[in-house]
Amino acid sequence: MQKQEFTISAYTENTIGLLNRITIMFTRRRMNIDSLTVSESAIAGISKFTIVVKDAEERIRKLCVQIERHVEVLKCFYHRNDEVVHQEVALYKVSSESLLSGDHIEKLVREYNARILEITPNFTVIEKTGHKAETQELFEKLNPHGVLQFIRSGRVAITRSNIEKLSEFLKERDRVQTVLDHNN
Amino acid sequence: MTTQNNSSLERNEEDVTGAQALIKSLLEEGVDTIFGYPGGAIMPVYDALYDFLDQVNHVLTRHEQGAIHAAQGYARVSGKVGVCFATSGPGATNLITGIADAMIDSTPLVCFTGQVTSPLLGTDAFQESDIVGMSMPVTKWNYQITDADEITDVVAKAFFIAKSGRPGPVLIDISKDAQFAPTSFKYKKYRRIRSYLPEQPVEKKSLIDAARLINQAQKPLMLVGQGVVLSGAEKVLLQFAEKTGIPMASTLLGLSAVPSDHPLWKGMLGMHGNYGPNVMTNECDLLLAVGMRFDDRVTGDIKTYATQAKVIHVEIDPSEINKNIPAEVAICSDAKKALKMLLKLVKDNDHTSWCNEFIPFQEAEYEKVIEKDIYPSKTGLTMGEVVHQVAEATNHDAIMTTDVGQQQMIAARYFKFKNSRSCITSGGLGTMGFGLPAAVGAAVGNPAKTVVAFLGDGGYQMTIQEMATIKQENLNVKVIVLNNEFLGMVRQWQELFFDRRYSFTKMHNPDFIKIAEGYGISAKLVRERDDLSIAIDEMLAQEGPYFLEVRVEKEDNVFPMVPSGATISDVRLGPNS
Ligand SMILES: Cc1ncc(C[n+]2csc(CCOP(=O)(O)OP(=O)(O)O)c2C)c(N)n1
Ligand SMILES: [Mg+2]
Repeated sequence: MQKQEFTISAYTENTIGLLNRITIMFTRRRMNIDSLTVSESAIAGISKFTIVVKDAEERIRKLCVQIERHVEVLKCFYHRNDEVVHQEVALYKVSSESLLSGDHIEKLVREYNARILEITPNFTVIEKTGHKAETQELFEKLNPHGVLQFIRSGRVAITRSNIEKLSEFLKERDRVQTVLDHNN
Repeated sequence: MTTQNNSSLERNEEDVTGAQALIKSLLEEGVDTIFGYPGGAIMPVYDALYDFLDQVNHVLTRHEQGAIHAAQGYARVSGKVGVCFATSGPGATNLITGIADAMIDSTPLVCFTGQVTSPLLGTDAFQESDIVGMSMPVTKWNYQITDADEITDVVAKAFFIAKSGRPGPVLIDISKDAQFAPTSFKYKKYRRIRSYLPEQPVEKKSLIDAARLINQAQKPLMLVGQGVVLSGAEKVLLQFAEKTGIPMASTLLGLSAVPSDHPLWKGMLGMHGNYGPNVMTNECDLLLAVGMRFDDRVTGDIKTYATQAKVIHVEIDPSEINKNIPAEVAICSDAKKALKMLLKLVKDNDHTSWCNEFIPFQEAEYEKVIEKDIYPSKTGLTMGEVVHQVAEATNHDAIMTTDVGQQQMIAARYFKFKNSRSCITSGGLGTMGFGLPAAVGAAVGNPAKTVVAFLGDGGYQMTIQEMATIKQENLNVKVIVLNNEFLGMVRQWQELFFDRRYSFTKMHNPDFIKIAEGYGISAKLVRERDDLSIAIDEMLAQEGPYFLEVRVEKEDNVFPMVPSGATISDVRLGPNS
């Protein structure tokens, strides 16, 4: 079985419990979720789940159609990494003392295109966006200088195709509903 | 115009409590029967129900599991949505097995559970259980109501979801304060939900491709699943089969969709199915699967399943297509609509010589298995002869329910069906304890028919308390326990695959006759072949409920058998072959 990283995008109604309904689909198949982000999509009232998993494409395909079976799921797409532009945000907290005691940290911030969000007398918060490997690399570089806290967000992703797949889908759904209403 | 609209609107609206709104919503959905069991958190609903007993029937079961299996039995014989009520906490959790059973067997149900009053939610209040969380993986949809104003809308949505597309169970949890709260009643049925497309328009191309494969096939075989029953496609299925001459075989849940004596019907598929259809699955050149999902009990090893054949899969649930068996042509549709359209595209055909290829297998199965099962020459009674004789005595016109185990497979094999929706059995989940309460629901759902329930001595004791429901409602249910004093199916596997190590499958049973009589139900015990047919006649002559216990051979096995995970055509006709 050839495992590969996939980004799953599920568009859903914004209702209580749906997160649970979706994650148990992964649990049932013993698939580990590497990253999960849920937020409102461009269309008001519709949530977007972005889920990163490593598995065989065939299993992902079957999973996605089963996710779509849920009444409150509008559509579930999956993409290989080369089909999406994706990003994660990482925050690093270092002591302001170590920031000021030399230019190591400052150099790293420049080199990694990171930025400083906040400096207080006690600590400094650095932010970097990028792929996981990049934010991880910065963490490893900063760590010898004392990282007090480190946190990384889930992935957000956007497809490389030039139309928003969901609006296309919603239009098609409307057309299909009209055909069905007509037939019934 | 406006004034008129307003006045008609006002006439619809009426001040009621949440509980009353719920009952009135059920009436709007045409609900005539509710199966349930009361308790603290659902008392306002039960109180409201008390004023509507002239319009809706409520059956009090003796356990919530009984209520939900009865609702399943009711739904499966009537084609309507089964409805049940339970209280919060243990009442709700007792429904879970039935919900899971209905989910996997696509049975439309709407279950209502009471819930603790909303300010107490999440506080471990008395009889609080997170039934919405617990039932999530086994419901088609579920929802918790804490606001009485939501009730009518949510009920309408629940019924729409339960019965549309691939049917399934829906659970609605209603907090006690929402049941008490005032609201106004105005009902509007659902016709669509933005995020839910119960069926897809059928693609012309797939129909044309399918028709071409059907017209070209030399050795086609049609697999009939429960989708045929659920979509009401029984008639068009026969027209289609007769026009094309294609032989048919049924899944367990597809049984009774086709009359068993139809010349094109070749039997049951799967682990204990008939020899011919299982072997021919791996001989045919075209497999036309209609309203079925290639369950592993049907396919055996999928790697060796029908690899020589092209597969056409007619199935309403897109997630079932290409899930287990890849389809050459997929028609994502309701079985009835698809068959109606295909009927116009297929040519008149005749496959007599291919159909004749089934005959040697039928003969071998008859000689090695069937004859010994239904006309045994040995002393001990067999399950097969009991089922066969009951079926004959009811002229195959009764509704049969079964429990799970050997008796289920024997009943499925030998009852032989005349009418659709007359085989009610737990397929996908294999739930012991299903048969007796399902018979309650079947009898309520189709009072014109006799219901015969074939139960094992094990499974009967899982929901035996429903004898009281049968008595209280005076239902025309003939309860037949095929007593082998074993958890027979497990014992069979121990015999065949675990070196006869009968680990915890032997049962010392109570006096079933006394128990039945204790429930006030006439009962008879049969130990000898000579007494059987008289006992059956007596049972059927009696109005209302009857209990018949038949002591059968203790260590008989069900054959044919395809061992689990084996190639479907590697059928064993006996312990050594
Ligand atoms: C609730 C439940 N528990 C356990 C099983 C496993 N099981 C399947 S068949 C069977 C034996 C059933 O025995 P009995 O009811 O006497 O029927 P028989 O096979 O003897 O006809 C068991 C234990 C099951 N299917 N359901
Ligand atoms: Mg038994």
